[in-house]
Amino acid sequence: MLNLKLYMLQRVSALIMLPLVLGHIAVMIYAAQGGLSAAEILGRTKGSFFWFLFYGTFVFAVSIHAAIGLRVILYEWMGIRDLKLEILSWGICLGLFLLGARAVLAVTWL
Amino acid sequence: MIRPARAHPLWLAYILHRVSGIALALFLPLHFWVLSLALTNPARLDELLAFAEMPIVKLAEIGLIFLLAVHAFGGIRLMAMEWLPWSAPQKTLAAGAVGVAFFVSGAFFLQVI
Repeated sequence: MLNLKLYMLQRVSALIMLPLVLGHIAVMIYAAQGGLSAAEILGRTKGSFFWFLFYGTFVFAVSIHAAIGLRVILYEWMGIRDLKLEILSWGICLGLFLLGARAVLAVTWL
Repeated sequence: MIRPARAHPLWLAYILHRVSGIALALFLPLHFWVLSLALTNPARLDELLAFAEMPIVKLAEIGLIFLLAVHAFGGIRLMAMEWLPWSAPQKTLAAGAVGVAFFVSGAFFLQVI
């Protein structure tokens, strides 16, 4: 259910996300002071190419990483195989990417 | 028959990595949907952010940060085990990953209380 390509993709996406996760945790700890508001979040992210790149990369990597991770679990724990497994893995990957890309655009771009 | 070594501490590290991964993957669509409200319905976003000030939601957030941190640090241990020369104290490293995750989510806890 995992070939070498998927295995490597899982590790490479993990390594890409490592600094992003640490950055995300740091921002959460910093930003949580005194509560959150939409204006505060958007004031930080809107029109920022840095945050667009940061969260855009994060969303791209996490879509791949979560899809491969769940693929293994669907196979091992739920006995899902073959075409059904392919469709579900790709569905998770594309679904997460589209939802995530929309969120990134909402807070950094439009 | 090969039976899973569930009495071994590293089985806990494995199950923690798997369960935290599932929880984070399930949380992501909700997370993305709420952020997208900035585009479609900013008033609703502020309502949800006000709702997130409730202690029970803060507690859930601390839990999520713990899961994210433990998945990341547990993942570092996993890749180090796979790719670097073998180091003996794997149980200590796994416990260390949990410890650092507690530290990180504890820092968040101190910010929101």
